[in-house]
Amino acid sequence: MSLLTDIVQNCLDGIMVGSSYALLGIGFALIFGVLRRLNLAFGSTILVGVVAGSTLQRFMPGHPILVFLITILMTVVAGLYVERLCFRAIRQDAALASMVSSFAIWMQLEEMVIQTPWSQTYAYPYPPPFATDSLEIAPFLIRTDYLLMWLSTLVFMVLLTWIIYRTRFGRVMRAVAHNADAARMLGLEVHRVGTQAFLLASVIGGLAGYLIAISQQQVTPFFGLWATIKGLIAMIIGGMGSIPGAIVGGMLLGVAEIQADWFLGAEFRELVTYVLLFAFLIFKPGGLFGSTVGEASGSDAQRA
Amino acid sequence: MLRVSDLRVRHGRIEVLHEISFEAKAGEVTCLIGPNGAGKSTTLWTLAGVLRPTGGQVWLGDQDITAISPPAVVRCGLSLVPESRLIFQGLTVHENLRMGAFPRLSVDKAGVLEDIERVLEYFPPLRSRFEQDAGKMSGGEQQMLAVARALMARPQMLMLDEPSLGLAPLAVEEIFDIIRTLHQDGVSILLVEQNVEWAVSFAQHVVVLDLGKVSFDGDPAAFKASDIIHKVYLGTTNSQVND
Repeated sequence: MSLLTDIVQNCLDGIMVGSSYALLGIGFALIFGVLRRLNLAFGSTILVGVVAGSTLQRFMPGHPILVFLITILMTVVAGLYVERLCFRAIRQDAALASMVSSFAIWMQLEEMVIQTPWSQTYAYPYPPPFATDSLEIAPFLIRTDYLLMWLSTLVFMVLLTWIIYRTRFGRVMRAVAHNADAARMLGLEVHRVGTQAFLLASVIGGLAGYLIAISQQQVTPFFGLWATIKGLIAMIIGGMGSIPGAIVGGMLLGVAEIQADWFLGAEFRELVTYVLLFAFLIFKPGGLFGSTVGEASGSDAQRA
Repeated sequence: MLRVSDLRVRHGRIEVLHEISFEAKAGEVTCLIGPNGAGKSTTLWTLAGVLRPTGGQVWLGDQDITAISPPAVVRCGLSLVPESRLIFQGLTVHENLRMGAFPRLSVDKAGVLEDIERVLEYFPPLRSRFEQDAGKMSGGEQQMLAVARALMARPQMLMLDEPSLGLAPLAVEEIFDIIRTLHQDGVSILLVEQNVEWAVSFAQHVVVLDLGKVSFDGDPAAFKASDIIHKVYLGTTNSQVND
């Protein structure tokens, strides 16, 4: 009975932690789905946002809403910077050039954070806006910061589903994601849709960054690498470019990590993450909601 | 209505259209035919603004539409239904039709609704599949949707690239019936079609392309009387065939 309780408790924690991975995965999936190009600098744009939020808290403590807004705003600013340099400025059929340049911008943004005058070698503090505690719903314990993360993600996913399936903006974005050539021929401004996808992904990234930072209560300059890895793995597990896939992939990753942490020890947590990634790449390379790799590259060729 | 003058297009270092010129008049079906590799689809993609010409001019009415962007071409009144249809498979029929009216989607909601009703009159099978994902329809229905979506832009001229390609004979008949009805209702059409007999049967003007050059430009009677089809498709003349 105790084992079962542990497993269920870990699943609850895993789903809640995984919801932040899901948000990171959605950010990657949105950009990949619309532009068919991988943005490796996504994690570092979030780093810029959360470090800006942390810096604001240091100089102006006691303004949690302002911190939240600045975190998102600076993530958006950094996201649009990446879009201009790595995506709009590079030809649409040069996907590899975009990916490599986004890697270069990732390094640049990370270095910029490290080189700021108020830079610090240790973690940037990120105090939560409320006292974190646990709710006891016997026999389970639920951390309030995890619960906030999960509820925020849930609300945002409902909002995102409404945007994508019920608004004109969402229809246009789906049309471009399905077939950019056809969209262009019908008069859709494909470049503008790409920028809007970046904007939306950056807002999602900023939200994920804020929720993760208040849960971990600190941010290091390596947060960008961590966010990139978690988001990419969530998207790959779910299927490249699939938003429902990123949601399920993120949750699955969260559950696997927490179960490994509990039953095998913290040192195995990351190991299990990569085992899961390799298992998917070998046995289900298209991910849970995606096509096979061959089909995916075929559709890419059609787009180019 | 549509005037193409000395149009030249390159694919990399190879010139595939060599100064082609022709005219497609308002209210007529102009049929652009020729063997594989003649440059028919390249011509349509260039007129649609997807490919950039290296020379020549394209006029739609009194508007110079040479080398303008695809969205601008659509706004000027020229719509293309490409060979591979390129419908949005994950969007419903309804959503696909709305995308066809994209340039005026937010400013003319009533007009868009009226146009959806108008195009559904031409394509009754689409009405029953209105809220269904387009990717789940048959090839013939997808072709109907591609034409209907192009009509949503209220084009002055509709360009159809091989609308019968890959369809079952019954679906082909259905598509050609619709094209005939569209023409009777005054829609100007530039048609690229491998089924020459079908295409010429209701065209008022025939243009034959061969290796990127116009080798015939005239009415269907003159086309039938000439031996151009044998020259272009078989590399021989009528008399040689009869011999």
